[in-house]
Formats: sequence, structure tokens, C-alpha cells
Amino acid sequence: MIWVDTVVQGILLGGLYALFAAGLSLVFGIMRLVNLAHGDLIVLAAYLILIVVSALGVNPFVAAAIAMPLMFGFGWGLQRIVLNRVLGEDILPPLLVTFGLSIVVQNALLEGFSADSQRINAGALETASFAVGPVTLGVMPVLTFASAILVIVTLNQVFYRTALGRAFRATSDDPVTASLMGIKPANVFATATGIAMVVVTIAALYLGMRANFDPTIGPARLIYAFEAVIIGGLGSLWGTLAGGVIIGVSQTVGAAINPEWQILAGHIAFMVVLLFKPRGLFPRAYD
Amino acid sequence: MTLLTTRGLTAHYGDFQALFGVDITLDAGETVAIIGANGAGKTTLMRSIAGVLRNGPGMIAFEGKPIGAMTADKILGMGVAMVPEGRKLFPSLSVEENLLIGAHGRKTGGYWTLDTVYALFPILRDKRAVPGTSLSGGQQQMVAIGRALMSNPRVLLCDEISLGLAPVVIRDIYAALPQIQASGASVIVVEQDIGQAMKVASRVYCMMEGRVTLSGTPDTLTREAIHDAYFGVSA
Repeated sequence: MIWVDTVVQGILLGGLYALFAAGLSLVFGIMRLVNLAHGDLIVLAAYLILIVVSALGVNPFVAAAIAMPLMFGFGWGLQRIVLNRVLGEDILPPLLVTFGLSIVVQNALLEGFSADSQRINAGALETASFAVGPVTLGVMPVLTFASAILVIVTLNQVFYRTALGRAFRATSDDPVTASLMGIKPANVFATATGIAMVVVTIAALYLGMRANFDPTIGPARLIYAFEAVIIGGLGSLWGTLAGGVIIGVSQTVGAAINPEWQILAGHIAFMVVLLFKPRGLFPRAYD
Repeated sequence: MTLLTTRGLTAHYGDFQALFGVDITLDAGETVAIIGANGAGKTTLMRSIAGVLRNGPGMIAFEGKPIGAMTADKILGMGVAMVPEGRKLFPSLSVEENLLIGAHGRKTGGYWTLDTVYALFPILRDKRAVPGTSLSGGQQQMVAIGRALMSNPRVLLCDEISLGLAPVVIRDIYAALPQIQASGASVIVVEQDIGQAMKVASRVYCMMEGRVTLSGTPDTLTREAIHDAYFGVSA
């Protein structure tokens, strides 16, 4: 029965990784931009939520709701002013710029908040749990997983049921022809990054409530996010959830075998998937 | 009434100059054909008018207003839509979504809606849910034309709409032209098929190496003159 518990905890942990990855997947799916600063932007959002909680004394969920439009605006401006300038046939310039952004964000956070680890206090929610048969589930991991599902369902609805989603897909396919349809690709990309930053804020909320964070942990979050995106198939949102769950389950199973294997097991699962399905589990039919 | 003019239009791809002082005119309600061999500059002319290639502000005018320096989305908003060469349907969109995206920049209503486009090309109604790029070449061309019409354009630029299609399919597509004109759109057709161009156009421009080498009405242009202007050598 302990194995059932291990797998269930792994699936729930996968929800957190899917949240880390969903914004990355969205941005890559629309503009083929690999944002190396993604993990650091999650940490930045966590500090923003922490500031709002400290300054206004509000619940972390309310603080996240306040942080979301701010992060949307930050993402919109970042894309419009900086990243749109380096998008093109060559993938190297955006990689270099986002790598530089990662360093800037980390150092700015170190300057502003020092290297001390922080935590967003969620009160009794942090330790609340309930039993489902023989398995005990933490409220926080369940909330995290439910949020991941909600985020991915919402993003899919936006993608496939709205005019904005049509514009996203058309611009992703062919920005020049999209401009002939009256679409402004620069604004579409900026909106996509803005939405990705809203998802980043949700990921940051759970990151900050579940564990300690400091300015330097961003790159490790980027690795998990990147692996989840690659496992799922580049640009596939449901694939990203599957990728997150595979990493989560691999980590908890690895940890159950030997605690030293937790992180390694996730990376091994990633390598195994790449070995047999180089384009991920749910690749797009065209690319 | 003159709707669209180019005056001394030049265009460049980097250091390479593709157009050299092109002058054309499109009057309201007429269909103009641009003919010429591969590399003559026909597509560059269409891309310049549509705003994909930016030009000097005074080189292109729509209803007397300079549009040469405007972006493609602004030019579409003014009423100039384009059916690009090679159709360029969006592979991740269904047939109906490809049509709907054509109305993305539309600010007001007009004759062309999903229903009127489906009435023009009935086969598309049955294929509405399948990916646009899974259709035959002729059907994809119908989607591309329908997509451009969904913006309710006043000028429709059709770039090589018969390219790679069977004669019977070309006939079906050109059969839609009268209804498009009846909706109030003036049309510029780029064609390599001289016979087809002569049939549908009220005026013809022939291009070679980035310049207009001949222009006139189909009944005034002789076979020899067209041959000379098209190939640059006497027949």
C-alpha cells in the first residue's frame, strides 16, 4: 500500500512541476522562445507575493490575485520592449537575452532581499490533510494539482475556443500571413508572455507556500519545467501536465527506494522518455 | 474613381532591388491583371501594396491617402486584403477557423460572413471542421480567398491563385470572381496564365525584371506586344 501512497504523492507533486512548466510551454508553443529566465521569474513572482502579504497583511491567495495583473503587465512589457527585438530565425539571441535576464533577476533579488531563504505563510493550510481510503492527502498538494488542471483546462479553452486563441495559433504558424489578417504579432506575443506570467504567479504561490525559496533557486525550477515540457512534447499543454506527473512520480518512487535518488530519478525518467520518444509523448503534428 | 495607385514604387530585399519605379492604377469596381514571368516582381508588388514589404510613404495611395509606410494590419483595416501566393493557410486552424481569422481585423459588418463564403464555395461547409491544410489544392485556394473576403475588403489582391491547380479547378475558382466584384470589391489578379488574365481583367499590366513593360486593355494588346513585354525579346 505504501507504493500506492508514493505514486499518488508523486502525481500531486507533478502538479507543481506542471505549473512551473505551463508558462514555459505556452511561450514556446506560440513563439518558439525558450525563456531561460523562467525559473527566476517564478522566484520573482514569489517575492512579489511575499511583499504583498507583508505589506497588506492579506491571505497569500489574495496576494497572488493582486500580483497577477502586475506580473501580466511585467510580462507584456518584457516581451514588447525586449524579447520581440530578438525573435527571429536564429534561436541564439533570445537564449542569450533570457540567460542575461536570469542573471539580472537573481542579482536584483539578492540585492533587495539578501540570500536568506523566505517562505509565504499559509497558516493551517500548510499542514492540513484528509484521508482517502488508506492514503492521506495533504490539502496543499491537492490544491496545487487542482490548480494545475484548472490552469491547463483554462489555457486550452483560450487556445481552442476564443478569437485570442485563434490569433495565438495563427501567429505561431506564420506571423507574416497572420499580419495580413489584421493581427499584430508583436502584441500577440506580448499577450502570450503576459498570460505566461500569470501562470508563473500561480506557480510561485504554491512554490512559496510549500517550501523555502531564495534568489538562487530559479534555475533548478527551470530544469524541472523544461523537462516536463520536453517529455510532454514541445508546445502541448496536456503533455506538459503528463511530463510534470512523470517527473513527480519518478522522484517520489526514486526517493522511496533511496532518498538520495529522488532528484536523479526524475532526470533519468526524462532521459528514458527522450531515448524512446525524442519528440516527447504528445508532439504537435507539424513543426 | 481611382481606388489604389502606386507611383514610382521601389522595393528591396536587403541590397537586392526587386521593383524599379512601378506605376499602376486600380479604379473602383474594376479587375486588373498583373502578368509576367517568374521573377518579374509581381508578388513583390502585391506584398508591397499589402504592407508585408514597407515602402516610402508616398509610393502607394489608397483613396488618395499614402499607405506605403503602413503595417499590414493597418492596410487591411483600410480595406486592402490579400490572398497570398501558395495560399498560406494556417495548419493548426480548421477550415472554419481559417475563415474566422480573416475577420480578425474587421471593425464593421459587411456582405461577407461565414454563410456568404459557404454559399460562394459550398464544399467548404462540409469540410469546415477539418484542418485547412488537409484539403486539396483547389479547396485550399477557396479557403484562402474566403479568408481574405471575411475582412470585407474594398480591394482584393489575388497572388497566383491558379498556380499548380488543374484547369477545371481554376475555372471553378475564377467563376467566383463576378460575385466577389458584385460585393463591391475591386480586384488585382496576379497571373502567369495570360489567357486567363485576358478573360477576367478590364486592364492588364505586364511586368518584367521589376518594371511595368506594357499596359492596356485586353482588346488593345496584341499577342506580339505581350510576348515582347513578357519575355523581353521579339516574337
